[in-house]
Amino acid sequence: MRPELAEIWVYLAASPLAALTVTLAAWLAGLRLHAAARGSALVNPVLVAALLLVGLLLVAGIEYRAYFEGAQFVHFLLGPATVALAVPLVRQWRLLRASGPALAVALFSGSAFASASAVAIGWAFGADRAVLATLAPKATTTPVAMGIAEQIGGIPSLTAVVVILSGIAGAALGPAVLSLLRVRDWRARGFAVGLAAHGIGTARAISVNETAGAFAALAMGLNALATALLLPLVWALAVG
Amino acid sequence: MIAALTLLLACQLAGEIVARALGLPLPGPVVGLILLAAGLLVRGAEPPAELVAVADGLLRNLGLLFVPAAVGVVLHLDLLARAAAPIALAILAGTLAAIGFTGLLTARLLRSRSSHDAA
Repeated sequence: MRPELAEIWVYLAASPLAALTVTLAAWLAGLRLHAAARGSALVNPVLVAALLLVGLLLVAGIEYRAYFEGAQFVHFLLGPATVALAVPLVRQWRLLRASGPALAVALFSGSAFASASAVAIGWAFGADRAVLATLAPKATTTPVAMGIAEQIGGIPSLTAVVVILSGIAGAALGPAVLSLLRVRDWRARGFAVGLAAHGIGTARAISVNETAGAFAALAMGLNALATALLLPLVWALAVG
Repeated sequence: MIAALTLLLACQLAGEIVARALGLPLPGPVVGLILLAAGLLVRGAEPPAELVAVADGLLRNLGLLFVPAAVGVVLHLDLLARAAAPIALAILAGTLAAIGFTGLLTARLLRSRSSHDAA
């Protein structure tokens, strides 16, 4: 019996099928819990699924690389899904264009605030320079943030983690902050969450309201561009 | 469905090529998003129904697509522990403050603009 079980285990650990299946199962569990919590943003399905899978990997002693062999098929779809954000943008184009000047001001102010607040908090709590450079681009989408961090002397792999965790924090708690501040305009709610919590915030916004989703997608794309262009310049001037 | 998926992949591929060729600081899919949006706007009419259906299907499950990367946190638990307090606070307080600030500012800017238009 034992050797057979071990053989099955070796097969499961090596095959992409198992990793793919548990990823989808964990996501479904996340959606179920989210629905059971009456759609509360706090029970974020990305957070639930990631926690379940991290727990599984740690308990079963499976390496992340082996898991990713299977999960990469899901990961790959992020590219075409990002391109697909063009569809809600185009469908909401008239509304977006009418808000153009306001959004331009909000973009540059919000982008500067997101980077400055992250660096200020890190500095106040004694983070070294490399960690500060890692935190500065955290509001932008992962590949952009990693590129910027590398450029200004941060740690790219740590940036990837910080970006993902910021996205989850923003998607799970951001809506409550906006409600507390009585921001009820779906355009403003979407724009804020997309700017500060990139794709994970945008995913949440799309699931709630189409207008919020389009504004979130726009904010995510524009903030990636603004941060990539401006942060390295500001960093060079301010930090040297 | 395959035609729409091909269009999305073609835009992503074009985005990767444009980003690399011009040395843009943007990832290929974001450039692909811009290319597709520009194309649809130039075309004018509503986006084709097939594309809308495929895009909706992908975007309804956008969160799922972040799960494999999010699980990657396990690789970096030691790096996170290196400066746990400042990193955790910057992530939590920094992100929420940025959302609050941007939300309030955007709402105010949009309101003053629409009341200006109405006047």
